[in-house]
Amino acid sequence: MIEFRDLRKAFDGRPVLDGFTLRVQDGETTVIIGYSGTGKSVALKHVVGLLQADAGDVIVDGRAVSTLDRAALTGLRREIGFVFQFAALFDSMSVFDNVALGLRRRELSDDEIAERVREALALVDLTGAEERYPAELSGGMRKRVGIARAIALRPRYILYDEPTTGLDPVTSAVIDQLMVRTREHLRVTGVVVTHDMRSAYTVGDRIAMLYEGKIRQVGTVAQIQETEDPVVRQFIEGRPT
Amino acid sequence: MIESLGRRTVDAIKAVGGFGHFVGDLARAVPDVAVWGRLTPVQMRRVGVDSLPVALFIAAFTGVVLALQASYTFTGTVPLYFVGTLVGKTMMLELGPVLAGLALAGRVGASMAAELGTMKVTEQVDALETLAYDPQSFLVLPRVLAGTTMFPVIVALSILTGIVTGWIASLVLLDLSTQEFLKGLKLFYRFKDTWFGLFKSATFGCTITLVGCVVGLSTRGGAEGVGRSTTRAVVYSAVLLLVLDAFWALVLLR
Repeated sequence: MIEFRDLRKAFDGRPVLDGFTLRVQDGETTVIIGYSGTGKSVALKHVVGLLQADAGDVIVDGRAVSTLDRAALTGLRREIGFVFQFAALFDSMSVFDNVALGLRRRELSDDEIAERVREALALVDLTGAEERYPAELSGGMRKRVGIARAIALRPRYILYDEPTTGLDPVTSAVIDQLMVRTREHLRVTGVVVTHDMRSAYTVGDRIAMLYEGKIRQVGTVAQIQETEDPVVRQFIEGRPT
Repeated sequence: MIESLGRRTVDAIKAVGGFGHFVGDLARAVPDVAVWGRLTPVQMRRVGVDSLPVALFIAAFTGVVLALQASYTFTGTVPLYFVGTLVGKTMMLELGPVLAGLALAGRVGASMAAELGTMKVTEQVDALETLAYDPQSFLVLPRVLAGTTMFPVIVALSILTGIVTGWIASLVLLDLSTQEFLKGLKLFYRFKDTWFGLFKSATFGCTITLVGCVVGLSTRGGAEGVGRSTTRAVVYSAVLLLVLDAFWALVLLR
């Protein structure tokens, strides 16, 4: 289980997270929605120790992330796959090497690594793209490679940072299906950060809205769709005022 | 005015602290040989082989100019075989290491800052960390080791090139014989001339690559941030290189 406990983080004196508290139950996909720049990605980065909280903490399976030493943090990161907003593929490496990179940190033979890479690429429908380079891929393909890189590690958790941002509706739907398929095939716990409501309804078991540094409301997809909270309603309906 | 001075002082102290922290992290990455050991030869090729043409080009023309300037200065007052002395000593002690260093500060330092800066702003550095890699052992250590080991090789070849072109210029343009040039070259030669230049160039290589990595990994913002980092890396490297040059002269040549 991932638990955000009263997380606080400010940049240049401007608070971004201000008492962010949320529990992500094992086996479910929780979607964090909210306006751009409200700290959704910031919250996600605290889970893997890419950012340090000013106060509060993230607890992953009983481990407080801020208290972990380097070795323990590396151990935690081995259990978590992270899909970045713009895929963050390594430009100088082929698709195969991008997906294999994390696996090379584990005690696996070259054959096992190749097998895992093939499996992961098959799951994201990119069989045959092994030798291509990120510059030769479309935005949607890059995101799929990013997902393949995360799932090749067979993580307990996958964190998705804006997985459909910048994609056309059809490609977004493909990525959504992929996230659902990943959860069903690998039974991983997921946290998805997005402001794409169609995506949130498709992939989420629960949806939490982050507003002014805190969780404004959390509930199932049906509960969020029927909410009477004016702030949440405005956001999910995409009304300007 | 006082507030601005105070802010700058605090920023400078923070920068020094940040650099110390960075070097500490780098030292902690040393045991991770499996990662940096595999990547260092790749960087050695990039820093060494790819930089060689620029360094040799500069050295070749420097050797010719040195020979001509020496002859212009010595005419009528100093025996002309001293051209060999001046070309050899100047290339080994100063111009070989410093000119190659300044050229490579532009080429290597800037390219490292731009590459790592781009990786930073496109979250590739974060991605490395989430894949359980330490950016210090994956990105920094191979580059710094490559710079430290390959700069002396580049500078040695530059010195050799400068001396050879100085000798050819003496033969063709100054009517100096090979025997006279070699006599001048050997006249005040000491082994220290060689190791001083090569040792100095190793410290230049370490500094330039370290600055490129530190500046690159501290990049913020998008393309504009990468551009700023690239410029900063070249300026800082060049300034530090000249300061180091004076420092080693003070420490080792007095």
